Amino acid sequence: MIAYIIRRLLNTIPIIFGVTLIVFILFNLVGGDPTYQMLGRHANAQQIAELRHEYGFDQPKYIQFFSYLKQVLTFDYGRSYATKQPISQMILDGMGPSLSLMIPSFLLTTILSVSIGLMVAYFRGRWIDRLTVIFCVLGMSLPMLAYILFGQYFLAFKWGMFPISGYDTQWPDRMQYLLMPMFIFVAVSLGYDVRFYRTAILEEVNQDYVRTARAKGLSEPRIFFKHVLKNSMVPILTNIVIEIPLLILGAFLLESFFGIPGLGSITIDAVHNSDFPVIKAMTTLVAILYVFGNLATDILYTLVDPRVSLK
Amino acid sequence: MTTQAAVVEGVNMEQTTPTPQGRSLWNDALIRIKRDRVALFCLGIVLLYAVVALLTQLGVLASPWDKVIGEAYQAPSFQSPEFYLGTDLFGRSVLYKVLHGTRIAMSVGLMSSLLSVPIGVLLGAVAGYFGGWVDECVVWFYTTLSSIPNIMLLIAVTFVLGKGLGAMYVALGITAWVSLARVIRGEFIKHKSRDYVIAAESLGATHKSRIFKHILPNVSHFIIINLSIQFMSAIKAEVILSFLGLGVQGQPSWGVMIDDAKLELSRGVWWQLAGATIAMFFIVLAFNLLGDSLRDALDPKIKQ
Repeated sequence: MIAYIIRRLLNTIPIIFGVTLIVFILFNLVGGDPTYQMLGRHANAQQIAELRHEYGFDQPKYIQFFSYLKQVLTFDYGRSYATKQPISQMILDGMGPSLSLMIPSFLLTTILSVSIGLMVAYFRGRWIDRLTVIFCVLGMSLPMLAYILFGQYFLAFKWGMFPISGYDTQWPDRMQYLLMPMFIFVAVSLGYDVRFYRTAILEEVNQDYVRTARAKGLSEPRIFFKHVLKNSMVPILTNIVIEIPLLILGAFLLESFFGIPGLGSITIDAVHNSDFPVIKAMTTLVAILYVFGNLATDILYTLVDPRVSLK
Repeated sequence: MTTQAAVVEGVNMEQTTPTPQGRSLWNDALIRIKRDRVALFCLGIVLLYAVVALLTQLGVLASPWDKVIGEAYQAPSFQSPEFYLGTDLFGRSVLYKVLHGTRIAMSVGLMSSLLSVPIGVLLGAVAGYFGGWVDECVVWFYTTLSSIPNIMLLIAVTFVLGKGLGAMYVALGITAWVSLARVIRGEFIKHKSRDYVIAAESLGATHKSRIFKHILPNVSHFIIINLSIQFMSAIKAEVILSFLGLGVQGQPSWGVMIDDAKLELSRGVWWQLAGATIAMFFIVLAFNLLGDSLRDALDPKIKQ
């Protein structure tokens, strides 16, 4: 088991190297020289040269790449162009708000969608199943922006059930600002998730062992909740773990609409300010977290499902 | 049925009926799709959107979109077709903007597919067929690319390439091929050691001919299944990127319209948001359902 984990850890190295390489190629080779953009059109040659020197753009590309690799490994991404703050600090500060929105939203979505998925899979083929599937597809097809805008308009503006947007650093007060984005997150994700879990569970229902269990004379609820549920845990767990690293980005549209100063807002602000280093850092960071999320899924697999071999 | 009847009656089969033709996967799929009313309906919607996109592109429909037709923020009314969805801040017809948004959305779907399908098929085919270090390189490349969350990658690429429609085609095209490459690679691994490929090899078929003439036609239905999902994600991504200001510039797009609506809504101007949302809803719904139907019709594994 430990040998397996170590081997998988070693496997992540080329991927993380690849991520840094792609991000570097994108921003430092394909993208133009950001100094022109920062100084505006009236900059003279000397100012440009000074700024290029300050950010290290005058150095050979391979040295730039290694200094970027060092940034990634030491989690020190330099300073933001726009706010002049250290980016690592910005990321650490943004994590709290993002997580306090995403963790409850994600838990609620997962609990709801797994339960609904289980229920409709149990009543497969009946009207409640069909109706749910129809609603899921309809819900999936509505753009997220529409959920946010209509939600904000009706729930907050028209009916005044929630504050329109805002954030509080203190805990009990923070809750009132987080509730509406949370509900919208659940509403947006529910369609896709319910459908995914329903399919995952239904794939198990047609397996041979279910027929065997029926032949043994087990009751339908027992077959379903004991045998089928256990086996469908593998795809369910995979989906849950794979979504976790994406949580850090927050539902970034939600954050920016509701004024929550999380990582999503940081990213969107960076897009609006043409803040290269911040976008670069966020891209790399989320990708690396995603790689480790994948790793965690694979390790979980072996724990949940003894059939998965440790090769 | 004819052959069965012939056997039962004891008549010589070879005389009465020609050898029963096996239906091909495509024929079979066509028959299934024709029976599937939902799929036909969705196909109709997609065709309708395509025709609207083409007509606006040719300037037949909704032209010009930026003509001032009335006062600012006129509510929807039935006085003439231009006013069906009211007017925007500058007194332009919202309906025309929605129709032009359709053109942008469909063109983004089409162009990004035209870019990503060849990349995905080629890399997947080469990786699956040759195996070894080629495979390892391709797999490493797409694992790396798919480790970067799609929306971040899209933001990064459009950010670097500059704003505008062209950059968006490229950004969506070069990020969307991964899932297709994965599927095609898996299928090529399955197919490359099958008898018909070995037979082709013994007849002296080159690698190129085995990949493109022998194996590819047998796995091409996965491209169609993938295409409908790909089209849908491209449309969704276009709206988000345009909303963030990274997409089209100076042209009406559903994303730009939704962005405008952000501020209009508090004044009670709902028609711009509603128009863009409804237009987007139906095409995404159609592709969603069509994707499911195509998968059921074309994927032999699911066939019951």
